[in-house]
Amino acid sequence: MINTTLFTNLMPSLLALSPDTSHATAVTEVGSGPKWILLIIGLPMLTTLLCGLYAMIGNKTKLPAWTTVAGAAIAFLTTVAMYMNFDGTPYTVHAFDWIQIHFGDKSMIANFSFYIDTLTIYWMLFVTGLATLIALYASEYMSHDVGTSYCRFFGAFGLFVFSMACLVMGDNLLMLYLGWEGVGLCSYLLIGYFYKKPEAVAAAKKAFIVNRIGDLGLALGVYLTFVHFGTLEYAVLFSDPTLLGYIESAKVGNFEAIPAIAQWIPLLFMVGAFGKSAQFPLYVWLPDAMEGPTPVSALIHAATMVTAGVYLIARTYPMFLTSEHALPIVAWVGTITALLSATIAMAQFDIKRIMAYSTVSQLGYMFAGLGVLTPTGGVYHVLTHAFFKALLFLCCGAVMHGFAGQLDLRKLSGLRSVKGWGIVTLGMFIGCINLAGVPFTAGYFSKDTIIAEAFVTPGASMIGWVLLFTAGLTAYYTFRVFFRVFMGPVEYHPGEEHHDDGHGDESHDFHPHAPGWAINTVLITLTVCSIAASGLYLVGGNSDKHTKHYAETMVMSSTAAYASPYSEHAIHAAHETHDPNAGAGPRGTIEHPLEVPVFGGDPHKMMYYISAGFGVIGILLAALLHGPKGWQGLFVGGRTNAAECRMDPIARMCGPIPKMAENKWYVDEIYAYILVTPLRIISHIFHWIDKLLIDGLVNLFGFLPRLLAWILKPSQSGVLQGYAVSMAGGVTILLLVVFVIILQGGAA
Amino acid sequence: MDITLAQLAFPEAVPAITMAHYLFVSAAMFVMGLIGFLTRKNMIVMFLCTELMFQAAGLALIAFGRHHLGADGQTFVIFVLCVAAAEAAMALALVVLLFRHKETLSAQAWKELNG
Repeated sequence: MINTTLFTNLMPSLLALSPDTSHATAVTEVGSGPKWILLIIGLPMLTTLLCGLYAMIGNKTKLPAWTTVAGAAIAFLTTVAMYMNFDGTPYTVHAFDWIQIHFGDKSMIANFSFYIDTLTIYWMLFVTGLATLIALYASEYMSHDVGTSYCRFFGAFGLFVFSMACLVMGDNLLMLYLGWEGVGLCSYLLIGYFYKKPEAVAAAKKAFIVNRIGDLGLALGVYLTFVHFGTLEYAVLFSDPTLLGYIESAKVGNFEAIPAIAQWIPLLFMVGAFGKSAQFPLYVWLPDAMEGPTPVSALIHAATMVTAGVYLIARTYPMFLTSEHALPIVAWVGTITALLSATIAMAQFDIKRIMAYSTVSQLGYMFAGLGVLTPTGGVYHVLTHAFFKALLFLCCGAVMHGFAGQLDLRKLSGLRSVKGWGIVTLGMFIGCINLAGVPFTAGYFSKDTIIAEAFVTPGASMIGWVLLFTAGLTAYYTFRVFFRVFMGPVEYHPGEEHHDDGHGDESHDFHPHAPGWAINTVLITLTVCSIAASGLYLVGGNSDKHTKHYAETMVMSSTAAYASPYSEHAIHAAHETHDPNAGAGPRGTIEHPLEVPVFGGDPHKMMYYISAGFGVIGILLAALLHGPKGWQGLFVGGRTNAAECRMDPIARMCGPIPKMAENKWYVDEIYAYILVTPLRIISHIFHWIDKLLIDGLVNLFGFLPRLLAWILKPSQSGVLQGYAVSMAGGVTILLLVVFVIILQGGAA
Repeated sequence: MDITLAQLAFPEAVPAITMAHYLFVSAAMFVMGLIGFLTRKNMIVMFLCTELMFQAAGLALIAFGRHHLGADGQTFVIFVLCVAAAEAAMALALVVLLFRHKETLSAQAWKELNG
């Protein structure tokens, strides 16, 4: 139904686009798919149960790890088979009826079934793939804990994969919510894996409680969705004529025609997404979550779980378009988060924390991408980030594993030259150039898509500038880690987990153990994947021929396809495939031209140079300030030992600012003052009310019978005749009373 | 009115035994049992006193049953006897057990079972 005049005269055509029913017919007719797809859900659950069984019979081998690896690998292969068999039409796979409540003319149907479209496949491919790799890595990493803890770790690991699959594949919002809570639970269990460590327990609780705030938003959003649209199933919901009508209204900027309740739904979903994906102001749990074992940080807190918020928004993108404020808020919150956490990451010394803040920052990019109407950019960044950040985390984990828990970049230097650490160095380097956005890496392409789109979207160029600046900061802090830890003179001090014969100076009798075959295999695979991820951008995409690249194809054939009319790709998509959904965009300010010239050219092309420039400047700064002294004449940095570098005098000149950044801008402290302390006081008040009023009432009812018994107790004298006398006396008195009544009755 | 054998044999000499006589005897037996129960300390005697009270009640029941010319009263007395027999077995067993503990039959010996 797409009018061909769309390209010659966009605005009238958009206005002329009637709310036609082709959307509805395109999405409603969902067939059912083959049942073997249920293996993706079932196998991780099975491995969890098996791990519990192993713990019960006291298994002391690496069997739980191999079970989990096998389960995840088969799930991955099944996903690949699902992808191969996918013919472009979404379908559902029904496992069993779950919740079917009928009241009045409405019925709430939430079956245990799975909705398979390109977005699902895209997400499940990297979720199951990374789960397999990281389970393999963890088999070696967690080998110190073989026994019950090992089973516990892999049990929670399998449960996580199961929950994530439910979240991504579920065919209704309630299944999504089930998975959402499931991954939250697994996150809690795995952050608190070292439950004897108070910090780990505190971090687990913090993650759980902060996520509660977000989950409340999601729960209310799901509730409102059902109340307003009367369904929770994607297939019905996204072809609902009401919703399509709202999108038509939004397209012409007529937001008054959309009821407030429908506009509230995306705002509530957004709160859920901010909690789970660690966005400002709910990001504080993610850095603390690094108390968990590193494979967990890599899988859950970098690659998969924290992208659930991005998935939620991408999946419910049509609903976000119906709100006037939702997407701008998403964009700005993402941007602020990206900048804020990048500045914090610059001043941290714990390399795992740096990666954690970097994750928060990159998630901010993804949200900004969604907010500036490029779900493609956001979702593609999820994929590239999943690979390179998992790689970076696993490299940090290898360092931590080999150097007895040492993570302070002031105490590690020149690992490049230590024997056996070549693969880790290579992996770290590839991860760093991706994160820093060095040209022609995957991270470069995905970040560019987002930034370029920010300059194209009307009113969002400020977001673009902030994101560009943040890209520079990202390159700086990333290579700060690389230059400090992997380059320069060899020097290392073991961490706290190194307990040996108690010599004074550690570095002489400490021997780091280089990673074994499992860790190295995983690192090599991920390195290859990180490089290959750029292929997804390059394959098939040609802006001159209006073809979509791989990631865009995957995103634009799903429910996230309701993209902006300003999005060049979306227009091309509509042109090429006659996809009725593409180009049906929302924003009200349609007077703006399609292309906003930035620096006198197509922003998509210009951005390749500009963001590369920012990235290179960041890397050069890092080299200058943290680089080693005279390494083959390439580096101008003057660092000769692990602890000191040229940044130190500059940091001293900046006064308290670096210290403030190192202390995370005191956000935790501010929360402690304005939220945690008042809540604690209130909870104490309620505690005392509970103790005095509620418990008092209950205790009173307990006390009354005791009082009565105390009064009557002396009558139980223990003298048998005494009882007999009182019994006979009682009977006598009763008889007397009866006689008196009878006599009186007779008299009357 | 009831006509007893004695009245048939000696219509003039024997005064009529009425309901009141039976009830008087029954009440007297009951009060004797009660007083015995309240005053004696020996558990076996106390037990015999309860038996006396049982039989007093039984006598009253028979009297009423005869008065109303029904079988109910006699039926009840059979029940009372059964219960009394069972109770006798129980009570004597209990007394034997208590005796084994304290070597005495005095009910006072169990005063510590107070409230």
